[in-house]
Amino acid sequence: MKKEAASPPGVFLLFFRWYCHPRMRDYIEGDLMEVYDRRVKESGKRKADWKFILDVLLLFRPGIIRPRRPYQDLNTYGMYKSYFKIGWRNLLRDKGFSLINVGGLAMGMAVAMLIGLWIWDEVSFDSYFEDHDRLAKVMLNQTDQTETSTDGTIATPLEDALRTLYPDDFERLSLISWNSDRVVIFEDKKLSAQGRWVQRDFPEMFTLTMLSGSRQALKDPSSVFISASVAKAIFGEADPINQAIRIDNELDMTVAGVFEDFPKNTTFYSTNLLLPWDNQANRNNRQTSWSNHSCELFVLLSEKAGDVTALSEKVKNVPTPHITKIKEEILLHPLDKLHLYDEFENGKAAGGRIEFIWLFGTIGAFVLLLACINFMNLSTARSEKRAKEVGIRKAIGSIRQQLITQFLCESMVVALLAFVLSLCVTRLALPFFNAMAEKQMQIPWNSPEFWGMLLGFVLITGIVSGSYPAFYLSAFKPISVLKGTFRVGRFAQLPRNVLVVIQFTVSITLIIAAIIVFRQIEHAKSRVSGYSREGLVTVNINTPDLDRHYEVVKDELLRAGVVAHMSKSSYSPAHFSSNNGLEWPGKDPELSVNFRNVNVTPEFGQTLGWEIVDGRDFLADSHADSAAVIFNETAIKIMGLQNPLGEPITFGGKQYTIVGITEDMVTQSPYAPIEPTMFFTDGWKGVILMRLNAEASTSESLAKMDAIFTKYNPNAPFQYNFVDDVYARKYATEESIGTLAAFFAVLAIFISCLGLFGLASFVAEQRTKELGIRKVLGASILNLWGMLSREFVLLVVISCSISIPIAFWFMDNWLLQFEYKTTMSWQIFAAVIFGAVVITLLTVSFQTVKAALSNPVRSLKSE
Amino acid sequence: MKDFQLGEFEEIVILTVGILNQSAYSVGIKDEIELRLSRTVSMGALHTALNRLEEKGYLKSHSGESTEERAGRPRRYFEITALGKKAMQHAKDTRDELWSAIPKTLWQANLAGI
Repeated sequence: MKKEAASPPGVFLLFFRWYCHPRMRDYIEGDLMEVYDRRVKESGKRKADWKFILDVLLLFRPGIIRPRRPYQDLNTYGMYKSYFKIGWRNLLRDKGFSLINVGGLAMGMAVAMLIGLWIWDEVSFDSYFEDHDRLAKVMLNQTDQTETSTDGTIATPLEDALRTLYPDDFERLSLISWNSDRVVIFEDKKLSAQGRWVQRDFPEMFTLTMLSGSRQALKDPSSVFISASVAKAIFGEADPINQAIRIDNELDMTVAGVFEDFPKNTTFYSTNLLLPWDNQANRNNRQTSWSNHSCELFVLLSEKAGDVTALSEKVKNVPTPHITKIKEEILLHPLDKLHLYDEFENGKAAGGRIEFIWLFGTIGAFVLLLACINFMNLSTARSEKRAKEVGIRKAIGSIRQQLITQFLCESMVVALLAFVLSLCVTRLALPFFNAMAEKQMQIPWNSPEFWGMLLGFVLITGIVSGSYPAFYLSAFKPISVLKGTFRVGRFAQLPRNVLVVIQFTVSITLIIAAIIVFRQIEHAKSRVSGYSREGLVTVNINTPDLDRHYEVVKDELLRAGVVAHMSKSSYSPAHFSSNNGLEWPGKDPELSVNFRNVNVTPEFGQTLGWEIVDGRDFLADSHADSAAVIFNETAIKIMGLQNPLGEPITFGGKQYTIVGITEDMVTQSPYAPIEPTMFFTDGWKGVILMRLNAEASTSESLAKMDAIFTKYNPNAPFQYNFVDDVYARKYATEESIGTLAAFFAVLAIFISCLGLFGLASFVAEQRTKELGIRKVLGASILNLWGMLSREFVLLVVISCSISIPIAFWFMDNWLLQFEYKTTMSWQIFAAVIFGAVVITLLTVSFQTVKAALSNPVRSLKSE
Repeated sequence: MKDFQLGEFEEIVILTVGILNQSAYSVGIKDEIELRLSRTVSMGALHTALNRLEEKGYLKSHSGESTEERAGRPRRYFEITALGKKAMQHAKDTRDELWSAIPKTLWQANLAGI
């Protein structure tokens, strides 16, 4: 037929068919065709086509377009709402359980958050400097015969050599002296601050934030940069720029810039003065010897220098030709690694602080896991209560996937609640944690990354803690559950018991570790040191005035009865310097040993209270003994001298005669073996050492000392250090590990006990009827208590037997690093087992005794 | 319940369905409206209105015969339900009520104006 030839534009017909709701597609298409057909007859195909197109387009409207999926828009939003509601109601129904769940999880999360903040702080160390990824410190590898030792102190000529030999690789270099205490004087104000000599590139290299003045101003050798805190202390609100200040009462400088204080997590924290390297007072700037290692060198790699390892390899031989006795090479250690990788082995960075990051990261994860396990255990333990719900849900058509989602939603509710709680806990605990970890951490409330990470963290916690219950509960068979024949089998308890064992294994391991760390510290502290550190005070000779008036000060202090003895030495007895340039008769020419060398005045021995085991002490007249040397016993042993007294030795190009031997004294690391030490009477001495008069009160003595020192040293504040305080700082690392480990151990055991408490209450509740019958039949309360508690104690004992070998292995490895170490006696382990069992019994007994005491009539009367 | 919602175009459509009685289907309704009210009715607007009316329960529909001119597609016939009749009546009543409430003087004033 003719009509058949006329058909509407195919594309639009297809378009219509595509978008139209299937329910109406046929009818409307029929309409379209009918109208089209009519129009073709009336006004021709062309017009009809256009009208057809118009109709199709006009039909493209909400009521007619099909929904995106063929069925009605069925999102499961409503179900989620219901899941959260049911979850919330379940929480409210069992307030005790919920409290344990949420509280334990919050605790775990708070710990994880604190540790996360700590790790973040450590990892972001030195990121304050803009070019931190291109900065590196030059380290020195000294290889003698077999062993390579690495150190951060280099010789000054190295800087010039690197600068001229590799101009393309190094954009900037700066020699930096070690931090030293300086006295800053402005008019009548005096202030002690730490300062470094730095080269002119330093401000640009480390992108100092200048609060006033320009970074270039340090080129002038008489200018100085001060930190904002020093500026505020000295000048208050006044403008410090171009003010003249006096340093150590001998050096006149002009303030040329004020920089923002270096934050605590940077290498230069506590450096408050930057002094220009080229100043005449900097002894190091005239130093040209390659063998005098006296300062640090930092470099900024140029953009095109490429990989720091390759560059390090390229430049490592720079100092080698200048050193004859040992092989010396340099190593570029990236600034980003400087803090975390501070230990070296065979001239390469080999761990260090990074190990603590791993350690505490692991502990944090474990503590969080313990809290998650609580949730799992309590959820599965209560599963019988919810078995009917699962059965009904399944009977009315829930598929397993939906039930899993439901239980995951419930754990998410708990995780969210715990998260809110843990944020509060973290906020409150942060000041204490900061004090303990010696940090200045803050919660970055405004950082989106922080919130993103927290969100992920909550999700992960929710999923981890909810996964096991979700899979366990959703696997129930509706028929057996609803018939009432469902019993949780004997093996249903097995996973729960395994989880409890894991919890206690982790907790007990942590506790043993903490105890052994503290034992080691105690052990080192109680080591016989060979002299008494009590009442031993040092004062640095920080101005020429003090050096000049030393004898007068000494007389006055002795006369005032403030000090019993007083002497000068080159260093505090808490740390002596060392040198390896000692020669003695019969020395193996290959041997290279570092001897601690100390310059002292003759009264030093009395002040310290050393024991001379052979020979004599220095004579009071130091000039007579200027060529005398006293060694300690270890030194004599190393030198291998049969009759040491009277033997000549050579040190620093000068000959000395051995006049005496002292008993060994612990002066360096409390964990290391005694080091060989020698004492001379000549040479530079920078520290005054005083033994306070034991009869006078310390505070009064210090006040008198202050007056006398200020009288003769008016331009410097009176500053002193107790040797025992300084020495105690050597325990700082171990103490902070110990404190943190103890802190986490306590938390871990607390969380585990919370879980145990919940489990015990559940078991007691489940067995009420059984207990009632037993009581009626004559069981005593003690019987019942024993029966209920036995199971838990058994679990804890199993945990102990697993954790003891683990702890032993770990701590044995940890102790290996110390030469002077404690032993792991069986008493520690016995005590820990005993403690764990007692804690378990205490936790469990509250519930079991309650259950055992309850009146059987009440539990048996209702059926 | 008491609230019978009927838009202006919907009212026209349901009235036309009533006029066509038993033989009301989309193209027929469209033709009828265009004939009587001399306004063009787009297919989209008409189908939307018919759907809405059916959703509201004022109309019900059934499939009719398929014809050759419709390329084998069935017609969909509409008839007014009891609820639809009530809604129509309600619409008429409310309008009448409003009409009767207009004072007669309005018309006279208009006349006077001319």
